[in-house]
Amino acid sequence: MTARTPIREVTLILPMAPDMEIVASQAASALAGFVGMSADRVDEVRMAVVEACINAFEHSHAVERRVDITFRLFGDSAGPERLEIRVHDRGVGFAPERVEVPRLEEKLRGDRKRGWGLKIIQGLMDEVEILSGSQGTTVVMSKSR
Amino acid sequence: MTEALKLTIDRRDGLAVIYTEGYINNQGGEEIARAAYELVDGGYRRLLLNLTGTKIINSIGISILIEIIEKMLEVEGKLMFCALTPTIEKTFHIMGLAQYAAIYPDEESAVAQGAAT
Repeated sequence: MTARTPIREVTLILPMAPDMEIVASQAASALAGFVGMSADRVDEVRMAVVEACINAFEHSHAVERRVDITFRLFGDSAGPERLEIRVHDRGVGFAPERVEVPRLEEKLRGDRKRGWGLKIIQGLMDEVEILSGSQGTTVVMSKSR
Repeated sequence: MTEALKLTIDRRDGLAVIYTEGYINNQGGEEIARAAYELVDGGYRRLLLNLTGTKIINSIGISILIEIIEKMLEVEGKLMFCALTPTIEKTFHIMGLAQYAAIYPDEESAVAQGAAT
């Protein structure tokens, strides 16, 4: 991710509770719109945030049942041009390189149909980075206007 | 919070259309699966999911749609989708769903082309 100073930063703290991903997605939509993204790109950001939240809710095994979501707007004097979103949980962490890339042919034959979140996020966002360790996991994703 | 997914089913000759309205999450996906399996048990082999009223879906909901695709393959039937938002359609392509379930821009083309294949 590009290291620059954001021109605006918004933090949202949400409990890991049913439908809280929708609350996060509404904030993401508003900020993506503020950056000036097209409606379709706003929608892609919204869906990626839903997936990142669901991953945290379902797989973090965090004792502290909350996610911290930080939205950072980057740009210049002409206005914002890129939105970066960090979805952080305080769970047990995981090794991203060990996550199997899901394949539909195998999912159709197998019992476990789930496990698509990261693939969807990577497909919808411009850049995605997973930072994970014993202190938790942060999904860092960004998309430009 | 979010309202439960609403379904409307239109049973036609050889084709059933399931209209969705709302968020397709795990509960929403289960609702669709329940309706789809009832239709299959009732003899329908062509199902069309019209997602005009759905603007957001999550991967848990989609994984349940994959179960329906699997079921339709088992009974040599066909699941089709129409009226997806561009993001939902893109997501289905990312996951490879389009290889197993035809996607049409609208119901008219789904009925016309889906019936012919």
